[in-house]
Amino acid sequence: MTITARNPLSTLKSHLAAACATAALLLAAGAAEAADLNALIWCDHSDPALLEPFEKANDVKVNVKEFEGTGAGLAIVDQSQPGDWDVMVIDSIDVPRGVEKGLFEPLPEDKLPFADLFSEVKMDKSTVVDGKRYGITEKFGYNTIGFNKTKVDPADMQSLASLISDKYKGKVAIYDYYLPVIGMAALAIGKKTADLTEADLPALKAELLKMKANAKLVGEVTASQTALATGEVDILVGGGEWVTAGLAKENPALDFSIPKEGAVLWSQSLAMFKDSKNKDLALKFIQYIMSPEGQARLATSSCYWGMPSNKKAALTDEQKKILRFDEQPGFLARAQAYPAPNADLDKKMQDMWTEMLQAQ
Amino acid sequence: MSVTGNNARALPWALVTPALAWTLLFFVLPFIAMGFSSLTAHEGGGFTLGNYSQFFTDPSYWRAMVNSLEVTAVVTVISILLAYPFAWILAEMVPERWQRLALMLAVLPFWTSYVVRSYSWLLVLAQNGVINRALTGIGLIGEPLQLANTRFATVTGFVHFFVMLLTLTIFANLKQLSPSYRKAAADLGAGPIRTFLHVVLPLTLPGIMVGAFLTFVLCIGDYITPQILGGNNELVMPQLVMMQIGRRGDFPLASALSIILMALVTIAYLACARWLKIERA
Repeated sequence: MTITARNPLSTLKSHLAAACATAALLLAAGAAEAADLNALIWCDHSDPALLEPFEKANDVKVNVKEFEGTGAGLAIVDQSQPGDWDVMVIDSIDVPRGVEKGLFEPLPEDKLPFADLFSEVKMDKSTVVDGKRYGITEKFGYNTIGFNKTKVDPADMQSLASLISDKYKGKVAIYDYYLPVIGMAALAIGKKTADLTEADLPALKAELLKMKANAKLVGEVTASQTALATGEVDILVGGGEWVTAGLAKENPALDFSIPKEGAVLWSQSLAMFKDSKNKDLALKFIQYIMSPEGQARLATSSCYWGMPSNKKAALTDEQKKILRFDEQPGFLARAQAYPAPNADLDKKMQDMWTEMLQAQ
Repeated sequence: MSVTGNNARALPWALVTPALAWTLLFFVLPFIAMGFSSLTAHEGGGFTLGNYSQFFTDPSYWRAMVNSLEVTAVVTVISILLAYPFAWILAEMVPERWQRLALMLAVLPFWTSYVVRSYSWLLVLAQNGVINRALTGIGLIGEPLQLANTRFATVTGFVHFFVMLLTLTIFANLKQLSPSYRKAAADLGAGPIRTFLHVVLPLTLPGIMVGAFLTFVLCIGDYITPQILGGNNELVMPQLVMMQIGRRGDFPLASALSIILMALVTIAYLACARWLKIERA
């Protein structure tokens, strides 16, 4: 009755008032979101043990979105509005892809602890474009041989030739990511990963096919880690501390080697978006991740462990032992760069990987 | 009168508009966008048929489609062979009052996560899994068999899921079948086997075909089961599609492969629709 008794104008006014209130609420929510930090990340950054100290210290919320693979990450950015994202975790070798798209903001070198980084992982070749630094390496490790030392002869794991020997036939899993494993195949045939060209593809393919013939499975992160942890396989091609360190407490028999031919160095970087609405907060986040405390938490993230790029990372002695921190100078000296092919060679490498997967 | 007539004509359109709008927004427009994308070069963005030609000229790409069709065919046939007797027992031999409970128990695995179910199979089929331990324990085999990370594992995971689906469609069909058909066949001198082959089976074919079509569509487009259980020892089409996106973000090639996958589903639908005359229903 009350409603029907009101005149149309007052009804319209009340609706307008409701609409205004809703709009104000939405704007307030928008403003609240703008004060948050929006981060495109890999799974190791979603660990609450890593994020919560930053959130509490700055009284902000870090909204994270996980992705796998640079292509997928850049697709998310393409589908977003400028300013939606503040920071991004990206393969160090792919920083130039983001720069080419005009996504990233140069980082202030004087406000970040570059002097404390392992010099070998600064990755200037890819993180510096036209004299400006767009990415800072936050974590690194090796795609090498992960193995169960109670099931294989650790001496054999000092040579990549063991991966294709009959002795370990059916005991091997291959990590399903074409670039690092192609890098390992290159090392096995005596090629430098940084110098790979199209002419090397036939020899690389032959080596990959030999690895596949010895392998029980080719698995992504979880599958390959599970296979090694459950004893389905004894060796993981492409494995390293990122597979074995996190499982060290439950399964101390898991280990990794840097064979005499070398290993492939992987590294991940943090970059800031040019259109970020919170550049100050984004920089604070990067500074936190690069701080000794942030580095220790990132290195031991529940998703996967890896070496902190900051030498001053506040790791415990036990954690350093698991990560083989003190052996890093020797490892880094023998490690080779992650393959960084141009678009055309990248496509050919992926097609070669497809052929390997389909080979019976 | 004319207003009423117009209203009468407009009503069906008004009722169907939400469904049409939904289909247009969430199927037709994305499909057109995917079609355009599939004809675009990844580098440079110009028009190209290269994404399709790559599929038809590269044996490893072509092989993915063959693998998909082989796996789907095997899964569909095995699922039908297992689901039909199961549905028959439920419909004909389980007392009416227990049927609802029996059906619920039959579809119980549907209640668990698809990913968890696939990983569970991985543990069952693993080298140290339940099956290998049982077989070695009773001395039937000396060395564990490689069951996980094979096509066998992929098929097993699929069959476990699709038997439930087919059981439901066949059971519904069997329950709709009037007992008088069987009585008439018996009156005409047909034995149980002849009655089944010439009366019951043909009349339950629609249930089988609907279930088989759903199995085909869901199986050929599934990424999770082959990814977890197949061990990447061979690729099927959805895995090939996903590969293009991960690092390189090659959406044009992924779109082309998706359209080829969709063409296969369309062919399967046309085959089923024509045979069952679904369009007349």
